[in-house]
Amino acid sequence: MKEPSIRRRILYDKFFKMIIVLLTFCSILPMFFILFFITSKGISVINWRFLTHLPKPVGEMGGGISNAIIGTLMLIGISTVFSVPVGILAGIFLSENRKGKLASLTRLCVETLQGIPSIVIGIIAYIWLVITMGSFSALSGGVALGLMMLPVIITATEETLKLIPESLREASLALGVSYPRTILKVILPAGVSGIVTGILLSIARVAGETAPLLFTAFGSPYMNLNVLKPVNSLPLMIFNYATSPYPEWHTLAWGASFILIVLVLGLNLFTKGVTRRWKVQF
Amino acid sequence: MGPSGCGKTTLIRCINRMHELIPDARVSGKIFLDHEDIYATDPIIVRRQIGMVFQKPNPFPTMSIHDNVIAGYNLNGIPLTKDEKKKIAEESLRKAALWEEVKESLHRKGTFLSGGQQQRLCIARALAMGPAVLLLDEPTSALDPKATSHIEELIVQLKDTVSIILVTHNMAQAARVSDFAAFVYLGELVEFGPSGRMFTAPKDKRTEAYLTGKFG
Repeated sequence: MKEPSIRRRILYDKFFKMIIVLLTFCSILPMFFILFFITSKGISVINWRFLTHLPKPVGEMGGGISNAIIGTLMLIGISTVFSVPVGILAGIFLSENRKGKLASLTRLCVETLQGIPSIVIGIIAYIWLVITMGSFSALSGGVALGLMMLPVIITATEETLKLIPESLREASLALGVSYPRTILKVILPAGVSGIVTGILLSIARVAGETAPLLFTAFGSPYMNLNVLKPVNSLPLMIFNYATSPYPEWHTLAWGASFILIVLVLGLNLFTKGVTRRWKVQF
Repeated sequence: MGPSGCGKTTLIRCINRMHELIPDARVSGKIFLDHEDIYATDPIIVRRQIGMVFQKPNPFPTMSIHDNVIAGYNLNGIPLTKDEKKKIAEESLRKAALWEEVKESLHRKGTFLSGGQQQRLCIARALAMGPAVLLLDEPTSALDPKATSHIEELIVQLKDTVSIILVTHNMAQAARVSDFAAFVYLGELVEFGPSGRMFTAPKDKRTEAYLTGKFG
């Protein structure tokens, strides 16, 4: 057997290293491109007025997106209230019952729910809430977003709790601690960083959703704090303004995009910080 | 004592009903603690009277040393005043011969301690509940010789105040610390008797073979 010369091996090595660096660069390039583009287009309209004022009618200059920011926060709040308790409890159930008919059925449902297109979830929320209550509302939008967050939270909780060593549960049970208290006071606190990460990432994911809101939250040019009335949100506003024929609305849409990106990016960075700080060493 | 896989841990887990964590596990026969059938008592009450320390030290990673010791009270929701907590923590740590090493750092996480210290912390945690019986499931198998001798000294000290049931595959350790010994082999209790007699004049051939190092 002839051994390939050592020079050729070194050359190969260098070649592949270069390819890897190049491809990595290619994968982060779009991200920087998007950031740069949105910042350059959007930052010019960002000022205090933009953040604190309502949109103006066509033809008038200025105007802000305060209603969309408040609306987005409301929608996130409603969807979190719905999805977090259900998601965590379902995640606990799945990690505690690895086998069993109900568990595998639940797992199948979670996977399916994850794959359902967001527009379909919007239609479901429309049928459930908008039709029965007779009006577009922040509530229906929140429920639609909550349905999208649910599988992410369930999976994150399940995967986190599965990694917690069995010895911890035994330590608690051997002290005569009941099963529910063991779950609540020993297992959950040990997994809090993973669960919070799941929740924050799911929020970051739905914060930019437009499709499920089109016929639930619907959008509104006014400030609205009533959960039973239509409410605006950043992605909805971007959609409506960007498809309008007015150039000043296009500028507002760029500004709103910038705010949305900052929000999502901030959430992701915050998540990373939280994960590091609350991580429990076993 | 007995070779690996002979059922020592399974046997000891029946005593505080920890085997019930495994689905499909079943038990036959009866175990009595002070004339009370532990299988007629709620497992939660049984486990408060019969403490357990495991093979690998398992302090609660989210809690400080102090909170680890009184975890049995906190987790069970038994209300204690701050002074009572302090007192119980100190007493238990003293009994577990750990107090002098950790008294300055009670607020630190239990997982910062060394393996041997963690194991003594787990013993303190079990003692804090004031158990009648303490089950030790190979408490030194994950520790180095120095930490092991520490734990063994501790066992000898503690055996006057609490009944200790120790599982070990190390027959020298069994001979050093025990008053009575049982030999388990292939899921069967082969022999039980006072340690002095068992280690010098075993009745069963299999016990003799194990003690003389022919297997195990």
